[in-house]
Amino acid sequence: VRTLVFERNLPRFAAARVASALGSGRGAGVGPLRLADAEPPGLPGPDWVRVAPLLSGICGSDLATVDGRSSRYFEDLVSFPFVPGHEVVGTTDAGTRVVLEPVLGCQTRAIEPMCAACAAGHTGNCERTAFGHLRPGLQTGFCADTGGGWSAAGLVAHPSQLHRVPDDLSDEAAVTVEPVACAVHAVLSAQLRGTETVAVLGAGTLGLAATAALSHLSSTGRVPAPRQLLVGARYPHQRRLAAELGATAALPADQLARAVRRQSASLGLGPPSSGAQRLTGGADVVFDCVGSAESVGQALAMVGPRGRVVLIGMPANVRVDLASLWHREVTLAGAYAYGTENTGPDGPVRTFDLAFEVVAARDLGRLVSATYPLERFEEALAHAGAAGRRGAVKVVFDPRQPAPRPTAKKGSPP
Amino acid sequence: MSPRPGFVLEVDRSTPPTLFWHGERFALERLPEGSRVIYAPEPIEPLRDPVAAVRHALTHPMGDTEPLPALLRPGMKLTVCFDDVSLPLPPMEAPDVRQLVIEQVLEMAAEAGVDDVVLVAALALHRRMTEPELRHALGDRIYDAFAPHGLLTQHDAEDPDNLIELGQTELGEDVVLNKRAATSDLLVYVNINLVAMDGGHKSVATGLASYKSLRHHHNPATMRHSRSFMDAPASELHTSNWRMGRLIAASGVKVFQIETTLNTDTFPSRFAFLQKREWEWSLRDRATFAATAGALERTPARLSRQILHSIKSPHAMSSVQAGEVEAVHELTTANVWDQQGVEVEGQTDILTMGLPYICPYNVNSIMNPILVACLGLGYFFNLYRNKPLVREGGVLIMRHPTPWEFQPAHHPSYIDFFEQVLAETTDPMRIAKEYEESFATDPWYVHLYRTGHAYHGVHPFYMWYWCAHALEHLGRVIVVGGEPRAVRRLGFSPASTMDDALELATDVVGPSPTLTHIHTPPLLMADVR
Repeated sequence: VRTLVFERNLPRFAAARVASALGSGRGAGVGPLRLADAEPPGLPGPDWVRVAPLLSGICGSDLATVDGRSSRYFEDLVSFPFVPGHEVVGTTDAGTRVVLEPVLGCQTRAIEPMCAACAAGHTGNCERTAFGHLRPGLQTGFCADTGGGWSAAGLVAHPSQLHRVPDDLSDEAAVTVEPVACAVHAVLSAQLRGTETVAVLGAGTLGLAATAALSHLSSTGRVPAPRQLLVGARYPHQRRLAAELGATAALPADQLARAVRRQSASLGLGPPSSGAQRLTGGADVVFDCVGSAESVGQALAMVGPRGRVVLIGMPANVRVDLASLWHREVTLAGAYAYGTENTGPDGPVRTFDLAFEVVAARDLGRLVSATYPLERFEEALAHAGAAGRRGAVKVVFDPRQPAPRPTAKKGSPP
Repeated sequence: MSPRPGFVLEVDRSTPPTLFWHGERFALERLPEGSRVIYAPEPIEPLRDPVAAVRHALTHPMGDTEPLPALLRPGMKLTVCFDDVSLPLPPMEAPDVRQLVIEQVLEMAAEAGVDDVVLVAALALHRRMTEPELRHALGDRIYDAFAPHGLLTQHDAEDPDNLIELGQTELGEDVVLNKRAATSDLLVYVNINLVAMDGGHKSVATGLASYKSLRHHHNPATMRHSRSFMDAPASELHTSNWRMGRLIAASGVKVFQIETTLNTDTFPSRFAFLQKREWEWSLRDRATFAATAGALERTPARLSRQILHSIKSPHAMSSVQAGEVEAVHELTTANVWDQQGVEVEGQTDILTMGLPYICPYNVNSIMNPILVACLGLGYFFNLYRNKPLVREGGVLIMRHPTPWEFQPAHHPSYIDFFEQVLAETTDPMRIAKEYEESFATDPWYVHLYRTGHAYHGVHPFYMWYWCAHALEHLGRVIVVGGEPRAVRRLGFSPASTMDDALELATDVVGPSPTLTHIHTPPLLMADVR
């Protein structure tokens, strides 16, 4: 059955890395990812179920993997060969439409007792993702035993990983729930107080999801509303979406630092004519939704003293000057995945439950710009890698049927 | 032979193409038959002996005041204030008028034994002048005598220690002035009245004021009711300044006003074609034009800018008046109109203009898009008396490359205004209400204004308010040859060619519209009947 398989193959891995210099996602054609005829994965345990993917998204971490640019940190947290695809909406054998929560924590691995993080509901922080009866894999889509969303053969999931999709939520909306859950978790971890200038760096899926999450969660009293929510976006369609999703101002990325300076009444250091001044103040919170050395550097340059930079976009090896972080007592925090959130009045609540709410309230199905069959994976990944430039946001696979051509939403060139 | 007066040409088949400024370049446009082209009067004869004329003016003052020497005495505090780098345009060949006048004032002060003399550049919220600019305006002798001792100062509208509140006018307008100037025994103000808007009570009440004071007349409501800025009795901007000026006088501030006019000999002889009417271009003019236009076309914009900003104008002093503010200003304004006024019969559907590389706020700098808007809609649109040249609902077509480019040291708040404010709205009223105060009080802009060479944070707002009347009056503004992204940010329509612009304009004013072109340089003012 048609399945995209990622194998351990060092020469191909190197080739992908070289090819990716031509553009993100270009490693697909020469790298370790191939279209195979694979059997469905076996059920790891009696309570596991099969899920047939309806749609499965392509995420920034997938692109980094395909391009051979992921950090070697993950080498012991994945097992080969694996089927990528962790943003999944699918149907169970019983015909229930579900969204997958892909983290493979203690419960899925039948580890007793659970690690402290899983016991507290913070499955994203599980300490046992390389242990138990499953082979290593921090998430479905990176584990050799579970399959993944980029397959017509389906994947297997523990019931604790599955969230039923409301009937009135489209597949397109549902496939965004996982990245939105990441954004929800990041927003809730940012320790907002309600007086902040918040900057969002990057307006791809994660940046727009963070904007929507912050806007929705603050409008419903889950987090204090920031004074300003400034979004830096490189492309016009991203700025339009950011404004629609709740940004106070959505600006070209190169204008964000100036807007932050003005909103934070900061002074500048260095000659004004240089055009690259450092701020004396800055934003209280910066969400870096890109994860590159450049974006981390920009985030540190625009965050104020005692501010917080939250990395939502997956970084790899980055080289940054941390002098300002030290001098200004900036907190550089990661925000990975999801689990259980304490949002005050609601008590503990699953991140995914909040994500479903954000997706529905902010109509985030519109972020899905193009759908590809698995056979056209090279085009799909190139499209995802150039999503911004090509007027797209989220590119997804539809593994169900081979289709002769990709479908694209109006206004989104395929 | 006396200079010829202004002239309104009706374009016919034999009319050669009309010269338009296009920023750092030129363009020739063939305007539709029946179009009118307004040409300025030729430059009038300058004063033969300007120094003698200055001395005569100082010793024979107008209005209720004594001659300057009689106002000077030992032990007194004298402050001599002067217009800043925004005047004249282009900067004039040395010696500058300010140097000529101030040298005479200082000589009389020395003769009278006055030793407490301070010079103040009346910047208002403009950028501070550089040393070369001050040396050019005042001459090396004055600069070297005053600057090293801290006696050549530049007005700082954000210096709480050197501002004084004189009170409020009958309409509640705060009058806050430069303390040194306002507390002097005599304040001598030296003007260059390039256009009819300059001078009068505006010199002191604006040039030496603070934001708290300026905001009463530099706002959209006042600007919309200044019709035009060149016609003081019909200008709310001036009415407000006059109220303030009278309060200043009533507060005991003794102002001795010196106003000078210049003829319109604007460009040196190598650019003689700029001053002429196209059908009178000699073979030499045509060759010079072709060579100049071609060279500028091939030269990178940055280099062209440097070349053009290095031009010094042969402007020459055509009159000088001194004494009591209102009496002086009345005659000065009449002199300006004598040089620049052109009678024009009736309004037009479409007004066209070519915008040059320079305006009052980008001397030795970049003409950014906000300044393009201000020059076209604030200045050129307002070069009228009685009625605007273009009818209400008409179209303004201007030519300028309008690059999305700023000089960050001079115009830091302009960048943010353009990126962050105009992206939200171009409505001057909303802009004033929602954004002005935060820019005016932004500590970074204040710092750069006070210590660098930056225009005040609120200055781009004033530039936009300057356009407020035109924005309300016009049906559409079209920029030919402008960077489309920047033009659209201004709320205007971009057009690649004049033909395209005229086609766009017909959507607003209908087919077969009337068209009038303001031909500059030199500057002119239309008396629209």
